[in-house]
Order: sequence, then structure tokens, then C-alpha cells
Amino acid sequence: MRGSILRHWAPGILRTQAFRIVLIYVFVFAISATVLVGFTYWNTERSLDAQTDQIIEAEITGLLEQYQRLDLMGLADVVASRSSREGQSLYILADSLGQQLAGNLDHWPPTVKSVGNFVEFQYTRRIQNELVTRRARGMALPLAGGGFELLVARDVSERELTRRLFSTTLPWSVGLMLVFGLVGGALMSRNVLARLDSINRTSAEIVAGDFSRRVPLTAAHDEFDALAENLNRMFERIERLMKGMREVADSVAHDLRTPLNRLRNRLEEAQRRLDPQSPYAVEIEAAIAETDGLIATFNALLLIAEADSGAARGAMTQIDLSAAMADAAELYAPLAEEKNIALSVLPAGVVTIEGNRSLVSQALANLIDNAIKYTPAEGCVTISAAETPSGVDLTVADSGPGIPEADRLRVVERFVRLEASRNSPGTGLGLSLVAAVARLHRARLTLDDNHPGLKATLSFPRAPLRASKAANKELRMANSEQVTANRE
Amino acid sequence: MRILVVEDDLEAQRYLVNGLREAGHVVDDAADGETGLTLALSRPYDVAIVDRMLPKMDGLNVVAEMREHGNNMPILFLSALSEVDDRVKGLKAGGDDYLTKPYAFVELLARIDALMRRRSPASVKTKLAVGDLELDLLTRTATRAAQSIDLQPREFRLLEYLMRHAGQVVTRTMLLESVWEYHFDPQTNVIDVHISRLRAKIDKGFQTALLHTVRGAGYMIRAR
Repeated sequence: MRGSILRHWAPGILRTQAFRIVLIYVFVFAISATVLVGFTYWNTERSLDAQTDQIIEAEITGLLEQYQRLDLMGLADVVASRSSREGQSLYILADSLGQQLAGNLDHWPPTVKSVGNFVEFQYTRRIQNELVTRRARGMALPLAGGGFELLVARDVSERELTRRLFSTTLPWSVGLMLVFGLVGGALMSRNVLARLDSINRTSAEIVAGDFSRRVPLTAAHDEFDALAENLNRMFERIERLMKGMREVADSVAHDLRTPLNRLRNRLEEAQRRLDPQSPYAVEIEAAIAETDGLIATFNALLLIAEADSGAARGAMTQIDLSAAMADAAELYAPLAEEKNIALSVLPAGVVTIEGNRSLVSQALANLIDNAIKYTPAEGCVTISAAETPSGVDLTVADSGPGIPEADRLRVVERFVRLEASRNSPGTGLGLSLVAAVARLHRARLTLDDNHPGLKATLSFPRAPLRASKAANKELRMANSEQVTANRE
Repeated sequence: MRILVVEDDLEAQRYLVNGLREAGHVVDDAADGETGLTLALSRPYDVAIVDRMLPKMDGLNVVAEMREHGNNMPILFLSALSEVDDRVKGLKAGGDDYLTKPYAFVELLARIDALMRRRSPASVKTKLAVGDLELDLLTRTATRAAQSIDLQPREFRLLEYLMRHAGQVVTRTMLLESVWEYHFDPQTNVIDVHISRLRAKIDKGFQTALLHTVRGAGYMIRAR
């Protein structure tokens, strides 16, 4: 469990849906936060400016009234008295040459032209014997008569501070948000992954044939628990159905075997007691042959049911396909020779799969048996095994008539026999058993055109990594024995 | 030969006992596991035939108990359970052979004969001989009337098995199981083809045939 979480946790977490969702959310959130903060800043600045402008306009209105009432000297007095107050307001009353008459600005700022609009400018001021340059916003107005000008402004350095504050804080806060979001997302994904992992593991074990497994529930009672509960209910149902199926198969097996056994026994007994010359002897012999056919079909059906129930998973071992192919080919070689069919096994080296030895051998035998049966004299049957990227392919190819494409899916069903082969011996279960063995091993059975002929391929998935070194060693030893045996 | 039959289906038991008696054996029967075990432990038998599913005590347990008590008589399991696993379980519990119902009586007889033969110390021989046919197990060579016979490894094993059971009927299933280690029916009768090739090698050109077909049962190798 730990291992699998770690496996997901390292680079794998980037590929998980949970983490991707978190990633998208964090980015969307960062962008919207940036936009929001930017908008707030812009709005604040605008309203601060508007406030400043209002104050300036009010002062100008007041000062112009004074000018009209008291004329230039009166205005200069008022400006001088206002300038002496502490505050952000700045004034300068100057003549046409820019010479200061009154105000707290020493000289007319060079960038300001008196146009009657709000302007921003830099000014220098002596504060505690130090010259500082600061920013101000204000409005200059020409005074009617005499070429004098009045500038009323307010210091806006504070706004500058606010802007700097905003522009330094914003990247930091967005950055921190991204970091926290990603860390939080990773933790959350890990949590989600752990839950999903347990569901996945349980499902995989059930697929592998252990129907008693259930997804563990947590105390959280969250949607994962709801999912787990639903899945568990489903698994319970599957287990019940599988058990029911097995019970039916078992009881059919037992209940039919006993009468079949008695039937065969009685026929044999009759045969023993009968004079071999009696006309009934032939009949009895035929009846015994029929019974044996019935038993063969019955056994094949049960074997298919057994393979499908997954019960045979218990007997999985490492199988060397090269050896299995050689053995099967060796068994069928004389049969092929009788029909003048070239039966060959392509060398494959050591190709191993994990499987049920008996069932895989039987599936291979069925495929070879079919190939020889349907290939006309002088034809050829080739058996091969090869490693593929996804596992191991075991192939039996012949040069017979093949199976029309439309029938290829149908022939693996139980009792389906194509018109062409209806009169040849066989139960019609050979390929169904191969298909069931394939299902048991999570392999795929494909029937292809061999141009001409049939190419049947069993594609086994890659054996789990736990195929230990010990098993391989055992296999190598078995192989070397094989070689020695052949040399003898 | 004394044979113990432990089988709860009375019809099958009657048939089995009758058949074995007709074949010249002395037969005791038991209809449940406990009685079977008591009999097996108290009397000497040459072979026991035990059903897998028995009342009172399961067939597997009967055999396991017998082996626990140091009883090593040959045991043949007779069972309606045919799954690949069941055979393995039966053999693990201490059974020597496993036959699935429904079975052919000749198959059963042949297997019992083989089981009883297995006990005799003849198996340590390094040479087998039937008539003028000789098999050297060390050099793995076959000769008939001093003429060397060229055999493939599998043909050698086939002949060895037949000769170890000389004078006994050997069924196709037995050959398939012991020579090829296949526990299934290969549909087409491939064994017959192998036998006819072997026959061509050992009997062709000689006056007397050694390898005989026993109709409805299997094969037998014997001199005469």
C-alpha cells in the first residue's frame, strides 16, 4: 500500500486528475485575484485624485473670491497665511517672470504651464535642511490683469507610496497564493489518491478472482465512502452471483456425473455379460461410444465454467512457452506427418508467462488439433511465441481454409460449428475452451487471416513483476534438463 | 488381490465391487469415511479405491489420516470433482492416482494393476526386457534380438512405460498422463498414432508381435 502511494506520489501526482484540477483552480484564482487587486488599486487612485481635485477646486474658488474682493495684495496675504499652515497644500503666486510673490513653493515649477487643467509635477522643498523632490498635483490659473499667475496644488507623494505598496505586495501575495495553493492541492490530491488507490486495489483484486474483497470505509462518511459503499454492494452482488454460478456448476457436475457414471457402468456390465457374437453387442458398444461423447462434452463444458469462474487462478505458475510448444508439437507431430502437413515450432528462446500449466497446454493442444484437422494434406502449421511490447503472443497458424471474417467472433461461442466442419468429429467446444483459458489469463484470443489459412493468437499480458529470480532460475534449470534430454 | 472400496453411492459401489470380484479380486466395501478408515487401518489391502466426497469423513481426510498412521497402501481417488485443483489436492493428501467419474471400468482396472505393480521393487532395475526386446535405462538404448532400435526420447519413455507394465493393460489416458504429463483429453486420438509408429519400430520385420492393442481398453506389451 505504501509503495503504491509513493509511486503515485512522486512524479505521478502531476498526471492525476485531482492535481490537474487544483492546478487549474490555483491559476484561475491567481489571475482573478490579480485583476481584482489591480482594479481596486486603480479605483482607489482615481477616487483619491478626485478628492484632491475637489479640494484644489474649492481652494481656487475661495482664493479667486479673495482676489476679486481684496485685489492682488490681499490675495498675497491670504496665500501667505495659508502657506504657513502645516499640510499638504502647496501655493505659489508669481508674476509673469515666475518670481514668487507669496506661497510655500520657492519658484514656479518649470513643467507647469497655466492652462487651467490639472497637472502633475515635481517640486523641491527644503525639509530640515534637506532638499527633497516630491510629486504634486494641482491647477494653475492666470489672474485677470497684470500677468500674475496662481498655482494651487497638493502633495501626492502618499499616493505614490500606496502605488509602491500595491506593486510590491501584489506579486508576493500572488506568488504565496500559488505556493500555498499547489502545496494544498498536492496534499489534497494525495488524500484523494489514497482513497482512489484503495478502491482501485480492491477492484483489481476482484478482477483477479478474489471476490471476497471489499473497499475499506473511513469514518469521514464523505462521497468517497458513498462510492465505496455502492461499489461494495456491487461487489457483494458479483460475489453472490459468482458463488451461485459455481454452486450450480458444481451441483450440475455432481448430479449429472453420478447418473452418467451409472449409465456407463450399466452399459459396460451389459457388455461384459453379453456374448460378443450377439447382435446387441454392436448396439451396446455404440451406446458406450455415445455416452463417452456425452461425457467429453460435459467435461469440456465444466472445464470452460471452471476457467471462467477464476477458480483455476490458484494454480498459476511460471510456464515456459517454448517448452510447452515443443511438448504439444511433439505430441501432434505424427498426426501431422500422417497428413503430410509440415508442423513446425519457430524458435523463441525463453518466453515465460504466468498461468495454469494444464489449461494453457490444453488450449495450445486444441489450437494445434484444430489446425491439423482443417489443414488439407501438404499444408503447413506453424507454432510460435514472441515477446511483444504488451506481453507475449502465442500463435498457431495454418494454411487451411481459414474462417470467414464474419464468423470469427462466432466460432469461439459454445457449440458453434461452421457448416463446413459439422460432420467432422469434435465437441464444438475446442475454441470456446481456448477463449475461456484466454479470459482466465486476461489474455486476448484473436483469429486472423493467415493468407491463406487461420492465424490464432493468444496475447498474454506481461507477467507481473513478482516473477522472481528464483522462478527464472528454476526455469533455466528445467530448460537445460530439456536440452540434455533431447541430446540423449 | 485384496481391494478396499470406499464409496457412498450404493449403486456405484455395487457395480464396482461386482466388477472387481469378476476380475478376480477380493473386495471389502465401506459406505462412509469413518468405516473406510477403520477398515483400512485394521486389515491389509493391496490397494484402496476412495471416493472424494463421503459422509462422516471426507475422502481427503481419510487418506491423510491413513498416511498419518504410516499406512502406505496404494490409493486411487475416485471423484465426481474434476477441477484441475481437485486432482492436485487429492495427490497432495496422499493419493497415488486420481480418476474422475464417469470412468471406464477397464481404465479403473488398468490403473489398479499399475498401482499394485508400483509397489514391487522391480522399479530399481536398470534393464527392462520383454521377450527378445531389451531396454537399457542407463544408456537409454533399445535392442531387439541384438538389433539396435533407434528411438526418439519420447518413444523411449513410451516404450519404457509399456515395458514397466508388461503384461498389463495400459490405457491411452495413462500414457498421456505419465509419458506426456497431460491431464486432458486431446480430442483426436494422437496416442494411437504414436503407438503405431512405435510398433513399426519394434515389431516390424519380427516374427512375433510384442505390442498389442486391447480392444476397448488400450495397449499391452507382452512376450508370446
